[in-house]
Amino acid sequence: MIEARFQLNYPEFSLDVDLNLPDKGITALFGHSGSGKTTVLRCVSGLTRAPVGRLVVEGQVWQDEEKGYFLPTYQRPLGLVFQEASLFPHLSVRKNLEYGMKRAGNRQGEGFDASVALLGIRPLLDRAPDRLSGGERQRVAIARALLTRPRLLLMDEPLAALDLKRKLEILPYLEKLHDELDIPVLYISHAPDEVARLADHLVLMEGGKVVASGSLMETLGRADLPPAFADDAGVVLETVVAAQEVDGLTRLDFGDNSFLVSRVDQPLGKRLRCRIHAKDVSIALQARSDSSILNALPAQVQNITAADTPGHTLVQLVLADGRVLLSRITERSRATLGLVPGMPVIAQVKAVALLA
Amino acid sequence: MDESNLAAVWLTLKLACLVTVLLLIIGTPIAWWLARTRSWLKGPVGAVVALPLVLPPTVLGFYLLVVMGPNGVVGQMTQSLGLGLLPFTFPGLVIASVLYSMPFVVQPIQNAFEAMGERPMEVAASLRASPRDAFFTVALPLARPGFITAAILGFAHTVGEFGVVLMIGGNIPDKTRVVSVQIYDHVEAMEYAQAHWLAGGMVVFSFLVLLALYGRRGNSGWSKS
Repeated sequence: MIEARFQLNYPEFSLDVDLNLPDKGITALFGHSGSGKTTVLRCVSGLTRAPVGRLVVEGQVWQDEEKGYFLPTYQRPLGLVFQEASLFPHLSVRKNLEYGMKRAGNRQGEGFDASVALLGIRPLLDRAPDRLSGGERQRVAIARALLTRPRLLLMDEPLAALDLKRKLEILPYLEKLHDELDIPVLYISHAPDEVARLADHLVLMEGGKVVASGSLMETLGRADLPPAFADDAGVVLETVVAAQEVDGLTRLDFGDNSFLVSRVDQPLGKRLRCRIHAKDVSIALQARSDSSILNALPAQVQNITAADTPGHTLVQLVLADGRVLLSRITERSRATLGLVPGMPVIAQVKAVALLA
Repeated sequence: MDESNLAAVWLTLKLACLVTVLLLIIGTPIAWWLARTRSWLKGPVGAVVALPLVLPPTVLGFYLLVVMGPNGVVGQMTQSLGLGLLPFTFPGLVIASVLYSMPFVVQPIQNAFEAMGERPMEVAASLRASPRDAFFTVALPLARPGFITAAILGFAHTVGEFGVVLMIGGNIPDKTRVVSVQIYDHVEAMEYAQAHWLAGGMVVFSFLVLLALYGRRGNSGWSKS
């Protein structure tokens, strides 16, 4: 468990957060620029010292301002990956990897081969950083951080400086990291797709404050998030490739339900995350056979809130197995259908976005 | 090229090398501090370091003469330590030259540290390098182009000084008579042929120094960290 409390005031910005984060999996700090997410990361890493702060990582106190205690960054067992290329330009890739490794007391290079293999950087070892692509540099930077055997990995928008092609090239490595790493990762991002794809836990930040914190699936399913997040409203579902249908469709199962989507070339049993945008979910009062929409799921209205744009509402729907969907419909439709909490309806899903 | 000319050249090189080494040692912490500090003292200290850029060398020489003289603070200190007086000695010349060439060394190093930004030091800290460790293994190597520029400028500027030397060093063969003073002597004595050797040598030397400097800037190694 990571317990983090920070308060600081700059002339134009103030931060006031109190977080309890899980000690496993990827926690995404999500927010728009200026929301304070990078400041939180700097406080956790010790690069910024919050005048009021307390940080305990797995029982180890890193900062306790009440006692005037502050562990400097270089004494904290953490790994840090910055947004832009941060490799030392005067050292080769191998020397870059060794820089932190040696100083962290990992002289034998324990995990060197594994990390190098995990991030696919073996062919790059003897190159100079300026001969690498942006994506390659980030992979080296991640491996360099891992080789210090950190107890916490911090990543500050590691993909933000990359173009889409490089992003797609590096995302699978991050997913592998997610599956193979047993230390907590704090991942900063302002890209909803990245968060939906990688995170287990989500912290939403706005104006230097935490507006929501919880498991990814639950938090994204909340209909009462502030408007700044509502334009991207949508839930993430963990599905399994269940069948390849004869008519070129693929069936993805989740809980007691399933989706039919265009053919996905993945083996049966493969787990896939899907994102269902609220704007892609419409509501009908009964199952219809006269509609072209394939994916219609019985659900119950749980909650109705105003959406970001006037005249629209966000409807939270609960499926029989407790999973949640969000639907963004007009206020007029809501009135016409007479939707109220507790009402049984049919959620019609027009599009399913695969995240892998 | 007679023997006194060679002696002057030798003395000049000895002075310039010593001053350059001392300046790299003294100037680096000053440059680091100036590049990093948020203290209000940054302005005043930066201005003091840069003073020799605008002051006539005679002014600097005059005050050094006063301070290091028999009644000056430094002079009384050196006397009580049994070191005698510094004016008109080689050590006195070294001290004066260090002060006089200071900005030429501090500023390129400071610029290199500033261009580097905070990030490399933060990265080093995240890789468990203590500030001191990071300074030697990251900041110094990254600022190398600045150090080379600083060394070239510091050396060349010391070779080229005249006013301060005359004020504080005088004109003592083998002790304080450097090339620029020797040229002045030759001209005074109408020994133009002798003066040509040294003066021409200085022109060639200065040209090569500047060529080295601008050549480096040209091939981009210079401002990039």
